[in-house]
Amino acid sequence: MPVLLSVNGAEHRVDASPDSKLLYVLRDSLGLTGTKYGCGEGMCGACTVLLDGKPARSCQAPLSVVVGKKITTIEGLEENGRLHPVQEAFVAAEAFQCAYCTSGMIMAAVALLRRNPQPSQEEIIHALDGNLCRCGTYPRIVAAVRQAATPAKGLVG
Amino acid sequence: MNEPTTNDLLLEENEHAAIRPLRYNFALGRREFFKLLGSGMVVCLCVRSARTQESGAHRHSEDELPQSIQAWLHIAEDGRVTVYTGKVEVGQNIRTSLAQQVAEELRVAAGSIELIMGDTALTPYDMGTFGSRTTPTMGPQLRNVSAAAREALIDLAAERWHVDRSLLVAADGGISDRHSHRSFTYGELTKGQELVQMIGDDPALEPPSRWRIAGTAVPKVDGRAFVTGKHQYSSDVIRPGMLHGRVLRPSAFRATLQSLDPSGAKQIPGVTVVRDGDFVGVTAPDLGTATKALEAIHAEWTAPSQTSEATLFEDVRKAATGETDNPGGPPRFTSGSIEQGLSSADQTLAQSYRVSYIAHVPLEPRAAVAEWQDGKLTVWTGTQRPFGVRDELAQAFRIPTDKVRVLVPDTGAAYGGKHTGDAAVEAARLAKAAGQPVKLVWTREEEFTWAYFRPAGVIDVKSGIRHDGSLIAWRFDNYNSGPSGLRPPYSIAHQAIEFHPTDPPLRQGSYRGLAAPANHFAREVHMDELAQVVGMDPLEFRRKNLSDARARAVLEAAAQKFGWKREKSSPTRGFGIALGAEKGSYVATCAEVEIAGREVQVKRVVEAFECGAVVNPNGLENQVAGAIVMGLGGALFEAIHFDNGRILNPHLVAYRVPRFSDLPKIEVEIVNRRDLAPAGAGETPIMAVAPAIGNAIFDATGIRLRSLPMIPDGLPPAKARETPRSKPPAGHDR
Repeated sequence: MPVLLSVNGAEHRVDASPDSKLLYVLRDSLGLTGTKYGCGEGMCGACTVLLDGKPARSCQAPLSVVVGKKITTIEGLEENGRLHPVQEAFVAAEAFQCAYCTSGMIMAAVALLRRNPQPSQEEIIHALDGNLCRCGTYPRIVAAVRQAATPAKGLVG
Repeated sequence: MNEPTTNDLLLEENEHAAIRPLRYNFALGRREFFKLLGSGMVVCLCVRSARTQESGAHRHSEDELPQSIQAWLHIAEDGRVTVYTGKVEVGQNIRTSLAQQVAEELRVAAGSIELIMGDTALTPYDMGTFGSRTTPTMGPQLRNVSAAAREALIDLAAERWHVDRSLLVAADGGISDRHSHRSFTYGELTKGQELVQMIGDDPALEPPSRWRIAGTAVPKVDGRAFVTGKHQYSSDVIRPGMLHGRVLRPSAFRATLQSLDPSGAKQIPGVTVVRDGDFVGVTAPDLGTATKALEAIHAEWTAPSQTSEATLFEDVRKAATGETDNPGGPPRFTSGSIEQGLSSADQTLAQSYRVSYIAHVPLEPRAAVAEWQDGKLTVWTGTQRPFGVRDELAQAFRIPTDKVRVLVPDTGAAYGGKHTGDAAVEAARLAKAAGQPVKLVWTREEEFTWAYFRPAGVIDVKSGIRHDGSLIAWRFDNYNSGPSGLRPPYSIAHQAIEFHPTDPPLRQGSYRGLAAPANHFAREVHMDELAQVVGMDPLEFRRKNLSDARARAVLEAAAQKFGWKREKSSPTRGFGIALGAEKGSYVATCAEVEIAGREVQVKRVVEAFECGAVVNPNGLENQVAGAIVMGLGGALFEAIHFDNGRILNPHLVAYRVPRFSDLPKIEVEIVNRRDLAPAGAGETPIMAVAPAIGNAIFDATGIRLRSLPMIPDGLPPAKARETPRSKPPAGHDR
C-alpha cells in the first residue's frame, strides 16, 4: 500500500508496509543513504533524522508514525548550496575521523540548537549522549556545536 | 629501539592468519590500465628495493612478472594528479596525509591531487592497512614516486628548451627557467604524450625540516562530502537491480547444520534461499522482506560443548603449548640470566594481569555489495586488506584473482577489526545464486558475534629490584593475548619474555595496537607496583630505569603538562602515569581520577606523543585524542561475555562503549621531531591509557586493579581492597 512521506520538503509516494522502519525506506527506497544504520536498536544515533524539527531514531520509527510529519535528513540541511552552520562548524573543527556517525551527530546538534540556541557544554553533552562516535572525536564535536552556536555565526534554526 | 622490523610484520601477518575462518564449507564447483588513464605522465615502479616487499609486488606470482608494471602516479594534461595506493582510508586520515607528501615532492597544491585507494584493479598490490605502516612505508614510497616525477619533468623541460636542467625550478605545478622566465605547467609539458617514467635511483627527498605542505594542518579531504551525507560507504553503494541479502547464522560457534526447512521463506514472493554446505542465506528485493524470509527458515544446528567465560583465564594458561623456543615459533626474548637476576635482587614481586575479550565496534558494520558479470566478480566492501579479500574471494569461488575486483570506499572505521572478507564472500555467494547484485550489511548483533575479538589473555610478571630502585630482573609471560609490545622500554639486565599462544575459545584477531595495550597495561601497572615496593614516586622510578632518550622526552613532556605532583592526592582524588613505546613511536599518559563511593570519574588525561616528524598536526591530534577516548572503554568497562559458544551481550545496550558523558578533559602534547622519519600514529596513543588510569585509581584508593576492564561495575567493595594505601609495600624481601 503506497504511503505518502514528506522528506526534505518534497512529497514521496513509497510502496512499503506501515510497519517498515523509516531508516530502510529512506536508504533503500528513496536513495537517501546519508542516514546510517549503526545498530538498529536506537543506541548509537547514526540514523538520527528530524521529525517536525525534533530528533528521532529512524531505525525505530515505523512509517505509520512518521506519515504527516516533516522529515528532514542530512541531505536536506544545505540551502542553495550553502552548508548549514552546524555542517560548516563540523568541517572547520574537523569533528570526525571515519565520519560514519557524522550525519546523525549533525542532525542531533541541529535539533538541539533549534530548541536551545545557546547550549552550555553540559547541555550539549546531555543532548548528544545517545550518539556514538567510536573514533572518539567527542571533544571536537562539542567544540563544533559550540562554534555553530556562537551569535557571530548568525545561527539559523 | 622498538623500530618495526620484518619480524613485526610477520607477527602482524601471523595474527591475521590466526583469525579462524568462518565455516561455510562451500561446495562450489591486467589491466587495461594505461588505456584508462589517457595520455600524460605515468610514474611506475620497477621492483628492486626491499622497501617494496610490503607495499609493492609481492607474493603473488602474477604481480612479480615484469610486464605487470605498477603505476603509482599519473599527471593528466590538465595538471590533475592521480595517485594510486592499495592502502585504504578508515578514518585515520591517510587520504589527506599521503596527498600532502605527494604535493610536497611534486610541488603542486595538495588540492590538485586525487588518491585512488584500495581498488585491486587499479592500485599496486598492498599487504593491507594495519600496523601503523602507512606513514613509515607508503609515505616514503609516494614521496619517492613524486620526486621521480618532478625530476623527470625537469628533464623534459630542459630538453624542450635546450637548457641545462640545473637552471630549472619545479614549483607550483610547473617548471620555470630562472633566466629566461619561461615556464610550463606540468600538464603543458606532458600534453599529447604518453610518458612512462620508471623510478631509478632514489631521488632526493625534501627533509621534514624544509616541508611546506607536509607538516601542516591541511584540511581533511572530502570533509564536505562527509557532512552532507554524500560520501558513499560500502553499505551505501547501490547497483542496478540490486537485491538485499541476509545470512542465517549458526546457533553457536563451531556449529554444524543438521536440518533445514526453508519452505516458509520460499513462499515469500521475490525471495531466493541459498544453501551451500553450512552456508544458508536469502535474498529479496528489500531488507525487510529478506529479514522476514530469514525468520521463516527453520534450521537445526548441533554445536560441541565449549569453554565459558567463567574458566577463561585458567583455560588459556592451561592450553598454552609448552614448546615455544623453536625457530619460527612464538616470540621469546632473553637477555642476561633471569634466574641470576631474580636471585640477586633485594626484593621480588610476582603478579598476574588479565585482559578480557573486547569488540572493535566500528560504527559501520561489515558490509559488501557483490556483482557478477560474465564470470567476473566485483565487490565493494570495507576491509583493511583489499588484496587479501580479493584472494579470499578467488579461493572461495575457485576463480583466478584477475577475475575478481575489490574496491574499498573510505570506510566507517576498522581499528584492526576488518582484516577478513566475510561479508564480501557471503554477498558474492548470494549474488551468484540470485543472478543479480546483492548488498549484505551485517547487523550489529552479527558484528558483535561473527566478527573477531581483541584476544583475552593472562600476563604473569615476575620482577627483581634493588633497594635503590634499579630494576634488574624481568620475567614476562603472555598467554594468548599476543606478542605486540612485549618488550619493555626500560633498561633491565636480566630479561625473559615470552608469548604463549593457545587454542582460543573465541575467534580473535587484530585490534588497535594488537596486544600492545594489554602488554603495556601489565607492564606499566607492575612498574607502579614496584615503585610502591621501593617507596619511590612512580615518575622518578621510571626515570631511574629509563635510558631511551625518546621515551624520557615524552615522559617529561607529559609530566610537565600534567603538573605531576603539583597537587596532593587524596582518597577521592588520584594521579597516575604510564609510558609506552611501540612501532617507532612513544607515548606517555597521565590521568587524574575522582572517586565518589564506588564510582570513578576520569577527570583529566594528558598525553604526550612522539612519532618522528609530524605530517599533519591537526589529523594527528585527532588520532591521539580519539585513541584516548577509545582506550577509556577497554580500560574501564568494555568486555565481551560468552558462554558455551554464544555471545551473551551482542548489543550496544549490553556492551558499553565510551560516550560524551564519559569524556575527561583531554590534553595532547605532540613532540614533533623533524629530525626523524615519520612513524605511524594510529595505535601507540591508546597503549598507556589503561595503566595510567589504573595507577591513578590506586593512588587515590589503594585498590590495585589488575584486570581489564577495571571497573565494569564500579570499584570493588571495601572489603575486597587488598592493599591499603598506608600499608607497607607488597613485595617479598629477600
